Amino acid sequence: MTERQQMKKQKPEERINNFKEVACGFNKEEALAEAERCLQCKNRPCVDGCPVEVPIPDFIDKILEEDFDDAVDIIKGKNALPAICGRVCPQEEQCEIECILGKKGEPVAIGALERFVADFDLDSDKEEEINSVEAKGVKVAIVGSGPSGLTAAADLAKLGYQVTLFEALAEPGGVLRYGIPEFRLPKSIVDEEIDYIKQLGVEVKTNVLIGSTLTIDELREEGYEAIFVGTGAGLPYFLNLPGENLNGVYSSNEFLTRANLMKAYKFPEYKTPIVTGKNVAVVGAGNVAMDSARTALRLGAEEVSIVYRRSRNEMPAREEEIENAEEEGIDFKLLRNPVKIIGDGDGWVKELECVKMELGEPDSSGRPRPIAIEGSNFTIPVDTVVIAIGQGPNPLLSKKTPELETTEWDNIIVDEETYETSIEGVFAGGDVIGGAATVIAAMGDGRKAADEIQAYLQGKNE
Amino acid sequence: MSKILNKENLAPEIDLFTIDAPLIAAKAQPGHFVIARASERGERIPLTIVDYDRDAGNIDLVVQAVGSSTMEFCSLEVGDELLDLLGPLGEPIEIKEIGTVVCVAGGLGVAPVYPKAKYLKKAGNKIISIVGAQTEEMIIMKDKMEDISDEIYFSTDDGSLGEKGFTTDILTALLEERADEIDEVVAVGPAVMMKAASEVTADYDLDTIVSLNPIMIDGTGMCGGCRVTVDGETLFACVDGPAFDGHAVDFDELMMRQTHYQTQEEKAKHNCKIDKEVG
Ligand SMILES: Cc1cc2nc3c(=O)[nH]c(=O)nc-3n(C[C@H](O)[C@H](O)[C@H](O)COP(=O)(O)OP(=O)(O)OC[C@H]3O[C@@H](n4cnc5c(N)ncnc54)[C@H](O)[C@@H]3O)c2cc1C
Ligand SMILES: Cc1cc2nc3c(=O)[nH]c(=O)nc-3n(C[C@H](O)[C@H](O)[C@H](O)COP(=O)(O)OP(=O)(O)OC[C@H]3O[C@@H](n4cnc5c(N)ncnc54)[C@H](O)[C@@H]3O)c2cc1C
Ligand code: SF4
Ligand code: SF4
Ligand code: FES
Repeated sequence: MTERQQMKKQKPEERINNFKEVACGFNKEEALAEAERCLQCKNRPCVDGCPVEVPIPDFIDKILEEDFDDAVDIIKGKNALPAICGRVCPQEEQCEIECILGKKGEPVAIGALERFVADFDLDSDKEEEINSVEAKGVKVAIVGSGPSGLTAAADLAKLGYQVTLFEALAEPGGVLRYGIPEFRLPKSIVDEEIDYIKQLGVEVKTNVLIGSTLTIDELREEGYEAIFVGTGAGLPYFLNLPGENLNGVYSSNEFLTRANLMKAYKFPEYKTPIVTGKNVAVVGAGNVAMDSARTALRLGAEEVSIVYRRSRNEMPAREEEIENAEEEGIDFKLLRNPVKIIGDGDGWVKELECVKMELGEPDSSGRPRPIAIEGSNFTIPVDTVVIAIGQGPNPLLSKKTPELETTEWDNIIVDEETYETSIEGVFAGGDVIGGAATVIAAMGDGRKAADEIQAYLQGKNE
Repeated sequence: MSKILNKENLAPEIDLFTIDAPLIAAKAQPGHFVIARASERGERIPLTIVDYDRDAGNIDLVVQAVGSSTMEFCSLEVGDELLDLLGPLGEPIEIKEIGTVVCVAGGLGVAPVYPKAKYLKKAGNKIISIVGAQTEEMIIMKDKMEDISDEIYFSTDDGSLGEKGFTTDILTALLEERADEIDEVVAVGPAVMMKAASEVTADYDLDTIVSLNPIMIDGTGMCGGCRVTVDGETLFACVDGPAFDGHAVDFDELMMRQTHYQTQEEKAKHNCKIDKEVG
């Protein structure tokens, strides 16, 4: 068996000084060599691993035929955002973990191939052929422009519905825009994927906060016959430790929003400032923590550490991102838990006091429970602390829409089959309903909800 | 894009803008604010909705040019458009009949105090206003405040209008004389002023509403940058406020957090001035 093609990356010592994309993508030769490895299995186990069922062997076959246009069409039939998924999907736990080749050696690099095809498509000047469908004259509103909203919007537009997408921020994309950094997902790619959705006829209205600027009731009064809510999980959690409101302590949302959305890394050309001193500690070990740590490094920090209360095995971030962070020199302080943030007397953070941890029996999440080792406290000198321990749904919309039922953690409750909320004709999906928090899972929800919305509208308008 | 329909200079470096924003005007209530961004490279800045005309579909904003983004905003003219305008944001204040309300406004604090006073007056309350600034020239919206006040007092640092001194001096004197006539105090201005006013009213156990101005980005509760401590609890000023019970606010923390970007702001302001001079 030939070896899996390794994607070229910018060298760690170079990339920590710029915000350019780290992974360079396959060239044609590499893509062909990788496509060659696929066995074209009859039972297609890889497809079962993909939440949106991309016909993987079919598009790989088209790569081998060097018919990249057809390859793109095959992927886009199931996945409206392939250039994004090819980059940020946790392939190692989805399509690639099911690949037959992985049983004995290394699986086919499905994500990298998907990215290759999608990038080829973005680079080609080919006018996107939009099959004009008969307009149904039925209005549907989508709230939130993250991957779930974008997917639902695209699917419904393709079916001929008149779709309007409402977004609170100034630019569409959700986490793809404000959360995931440029060096992992260039914003030009997000722009192009969103342009495609606009070409499908979706109208995008930014700077509209549903619940405040317009309510769900008003959307219905304006004639939207169905509404999809994909407002994500944008509320930052804090540790509730003493000293957490000191200057220099950020939520990951604030840190990444300043850096990505407001382009603070180009300050003062862009006017939004950000403060990163020499020593930065990031609390948490998910994708968000890796992104924050690597952003801090690129903003000029000298020492950046990840502080995490469990061990490397339990870190929720993608393996690839952990490796990238390690290569870039991020210091992993594992089995360490912060207990207190200490100030310098002038309102700025100075030290992070931590305690050492050990792993006990598995807890309700199935992971070993971290237990503090008494008396093992120590401090790390820090100028900046980024809290990246997770997010929950922003309660704003549900607070202003009392009929919308939520869990005690503010997740919108939906019918598992139909994605319908407690309000008739209002559907929801993505991070706001909880569950696995990935781009592709949010897209899967958007897709299934779009199907259900179509069924609902057909039933209603019969 | 939101078009500027009218611009009026109120004082040196302070302008009033009337902006075409029908969706926001339709929902605006006293206490609400917006987040505005003038151009692609600009910051998102929070500004109080000073007044609104639902029928005409526009809102009034008052902007003081203190740093790079507000300077850029104030350089806009009638006919120009704001790139982004989001609102209405925050929780409105409750407007009901309470009796007599003292409205204290320091400096630009008139902007957030005015809509509250105006609608409290409409709801049948007696309004006693105390308006202060550095000099007479810096007192803004004087006529408007006079229109809606049953009694009005002024203070300036140099004595050019009204009493020489601070708004809180007048408030202290007023309470010493007539505290039992007063049912509530609304105080908005610089954090030091709100802190002092809250201390004065605490002695009389008078309900005191302040409106906080921490640094904000999104204004929708997604960044936590605007967090303030109220009654020992961390709250987000953009969604839980910006109005709070003045006796419960940790003003020292607020003032500390307001200095977060001082060094950077100086740099941006400096660049901005150079742009202006060169451009
Ligand atoms: C830093 C970071 C890195 C990540 N890395 C990865 C990764 O590598 N791979 C992966 O698969 N997943 C990753 N994730 C998770 C993934 O991004 C999310 O699961 C996914 O974006 C959820 O999509 P969504 O459509 O539910 O909502 P979101 O992407 O959160 O979008 C919601 C949108 O709704 C808008 N909105 C909210 N409320 C309102 C309202 N009331 N009115 C109007 N608009 C509103 C928001 O502004 C936002 O734009 C990461 C997340 C973060 C934060
Ligand atoms: C709810 C609320 C309502 C406000 N209403 C008004 C108003 O009606 N008119 C008005 O002129 N100003 C108002 N402000 C203050 C205004 O937002 C700031 O003056 C402005 O953001 C400063 O930006 P700058 O770049 O010009 O100045 P900078 O040089 O960046 O900062 C000057 C000072 O303003 C404060 N500041 C800086 N950035 C922000 C920010 N993003 N959010 C809040 N404060 C900041 C800081 O304390 C700083 O020291 C309000 C603030 C809040 C939170
Ligand atoms: S969308 Fe994600 S999970 Fe599906 S095939 Fe592509 S990379 Fe794999
Ligand atoms: S399981 Fe692997 S080898 Fe088989 S078809 Fe899928 S990608 Fe190809
Ligand atoms: S401004 Fe971001 S949470 Fe309030």
